[in-house]
Amino acid sequence: MNFGPFIFLAAFFGLACSWFGMVLTPQIQIGRLQQTNTVPAGAVYPVARPGLARQGLSVYRANGCAYCHSQQVSQSGTVCDLVLTDVGTNETALLVALRKIRPAFSEAEDRELMVGLPKTVRQGIPKEEAEAEAKLIGATGAKASSWIIPVGPDIARGWGIRRTVAEDFLFDYPVMPGSQRVGPDLANVGVRRPDMNWQLQHLYAPRIEVKDSPMPPYRFLFEKHRIEHGPSSVALALPPALAPEPGYEILPKPEAVALATYLTSLRANEPLFVSPVSVAEPKTPATNNPANSSVGAEATNAPSSK
Amino acid sequence: MSSPSSQPVLHAPTADAKVGQVTEIDLSCRLPLLVLFLSAATWLVIGWVFQLIASIKFHNPNFLADHAWLTYGRVHPAFTNSFLYGFGLQAGLGVILWLMAQMGNVRLVNGWLVTVGAKVFNLGITVGVIGILAGDSTGFEYLEMPGYASVLVLIGYVFIALWGVVTFHQRLRRQLVAAHWFLLSALFWFPWVYSSANLLLVTFPVRGMAQAVIAWWYAQNFLVLWTALVGLGTLFSLVPRLAGRELNSHYTALFTYWILILFVGWGGIPNPASVPAWIPTVSTVGTVLALLAFIAGPLAICQTLDCSWAAVRRSAPMAFFVFGTICFAVAGFARGGIALLDSSHALHFTWLAPALTALTFYGFFGMVLFGAVYVIVPRLLGVGLPSPKLMRAQLWLSVIGVLLVFVPLAIGGIVQDSKLTDSHVPFIEVTRSSLLFLRASTMGDLLLLVAHILLLANLIGLVVGFYRTRATTTYAELTEDRFKPARARS
Repeated sequence: MNFGPFIFLAAFFGLACSWFGMVLTPQIQIGRLQQTNTVPAGAVYPVARPGLARQGLSVYRANGCAYCHSQQVSQSGTVCDLVLTDVGTNETALLVALRKIRPAFSEAEDRELMVGLPKTVRQGIPKEEAEAEAKLIGATGAKASSWIIPVGPDIARGWGIRRTVAEDFLFDYPVMPGSQRVGPDLANVGVRRPDMNWQLQHLYAPRIEVKDSPMPPYRFLFEKHRIEHGPSSVALALPPALAPEPGYEILPKPEAVALATYLTSLRANEPLFVSPVSVAEPKTPATNNPANSSVGAEATNAPSSK
Repeated sequence: MSSPSSQPVLHAPTADAKVGQVTEIDLSCRLPLLVLFLSAATWLVIGWVFQLIASIKFHNPNFLADHAWLTYGRVHPAFTNSFLYGFGLQAGLGVILWLMAQMGNVRLVNGWLVTVGAKVFNLGITVGVIGILAGDSTGFEYLEMPGYASVLVLIGYVFIALWGVVTFHQRLRRQLVAAHWFLLSALFWFPWVYSSANLLLVTFPVRGMAQAVIAWWYAQNFLVLWTALVGLGTLFSLVPRLAGRELNSHYTALFTYWILILFVGWGGIPNPASVPAWIPTVSTVGTVLALLAFIAGPLAICQTLDCSWAAVRRSAPMAFFVFGTICFAVAGFARGGIALLDSSHALHFTWLAPALTALTFYGFFGMVLFGAVYVIVPRLLGVGLPSPKLMRAQLWLSVIGVLLVFVPLAIGGIVQDSKLTDSHVPFIEVTRSSLLFLRASTMGDLLLLVAHILLLANLIGLVVGFYRTRATTTYAELTEDRFKPARARS
């Protein structure tokens, strides 16, 4: 075995194996991914980001935002909610069925359930149970369906309503899923913080918006201008401590606007076949707030708000 | 230590500077290797300046915040690239070249072309780091250097590695040893994965998450596999020589080799990755199977040394090697443990991951390189280290420094994980709890910076000492010539 080329062949074989498994096959599968449809709405997903947001992605890349922010939401599983959508005509039979399904509740509470549909009957139950109970309600002439609710720490934190999947990143270059959570996950920051002005202020001085934030300020994305013909409409509204001297204002540079546009375009919350979910996203922004209710309770609010 | 050995014994450099004559092989390596090692040590110092800036930003986010090129997201990749490519890759190449010449008992072929290659390589890294600071990063972690810089790095690498392969080919001692397998494979491995990743991510980018998968594959192949090949190859060659005995055993080492090249390259895809589930699953299988190599490799070193600390106490380079071996095993097992966690586990996104990278690339690979450099450079020059005390000081600073980086970050990662998992803890609270540990690691980074300055000072001291001796002798010879006729006349 004193034949050098053997070593070359061994190394080539080892590399070819992992290349085949971790480069070629993923490329064939996810590199050729096409747009898909949302379920059940059937809208095309994902839609390419607008030009300004793409420029923003480039600012995000250049300043290495991904070293502190991930864009990946994971979930530990899914549960089901039983949601009443139509009372039907036979209220008495429905009441009997409801008593059977949830004996712990009083009749008054059951009656309350029938107003302002859809409403959640039970939450966080396995799929089989939800479907059996939906059938029981269906027999009374009323209608109920089971809703799919993803659960997990990320989702409880309000970082998303479902796990992120390869489809969410289809048109991005470069894809920066991030490996660190020094800051919060940004996969759905556009849902939580759709306000451009909030984003710009937060970029200029993070501590205005989030007390004690360790995020560095990105003041170099802004410039100080002398007010000439009256204040600009895009000038930042800063607290006195940070405001420039009178006669001046802080304006975002094009990079800052692009970055804020990109951030507000981050919404990985459409229900997809590969990552199903049946609720509208929670209404309250939850970036730095504790989840003020349990997973189930959030889900309860969602259908009734629809 | 009583067992006889057929291999020449390498003595640890000592203060009395009686290393003796420089062999012809070492002479052929002198210029190219000094260029590689001195540049590597310089990148190490530059890298740690960046790292210290990045670290201080966690104490005060306003620190140097008004300059775009000094923002955390640019300084941090500037640090990783200076460290991984400027130091790790470069010093690794130097060590491979020397071992190829030594093991083959042949002179390094075309050393001057290696020097040219090293210059191109360093130009590439300089351009790359400046590019990152200017905001031209590619956005792929551990592959941030922009395309125009990676071309230079690759050309430089090929220029250097090519002569390593030719030297191997022309070896006079035909017998292949375990280290040959590791080191020759490493020479080929890096350009393959580097060009593959650059072509598919930068030149002709693939779509969507396939980019992220390829970036993870590359990071695993470079950070874990390439370092393991070079690090273990160096250990399997130098540890037996320093200890004056045979590697125990050749077959354990070859077993480690096959496990490494067959399985390690599959790992590295984090479980929460937003990709079809089979990819992280297969990756986990690879990582777990690779654990065999993380047992077998250190076991071979341990058995070679009779599993005793005696050799460590006697020589500082050996202490570097043994510490590196321990870090190799610990990092491998920790990585295996993380790969087994559920995808929704918060630990994947905590400071534990950078802690493990530090343990692999610094604790293992960096320490092995330091030890090798301290063995090689005095032999190249034929003079002793100007101060072995400095070497010992660097050993201790590096060991304490890397532990002060690893331990707080690892604990911080676990604390961060426990708080992230509880959704009732506000996120800012999670961040605040991990900041404490992050700030503790700044101390470690400071020690490491001092350690690297010592390394650079030691190397520069060696070279200066060498040229001073040379100048003195040359001057003596010259003056002798001058005065000869005068003496003859009188």
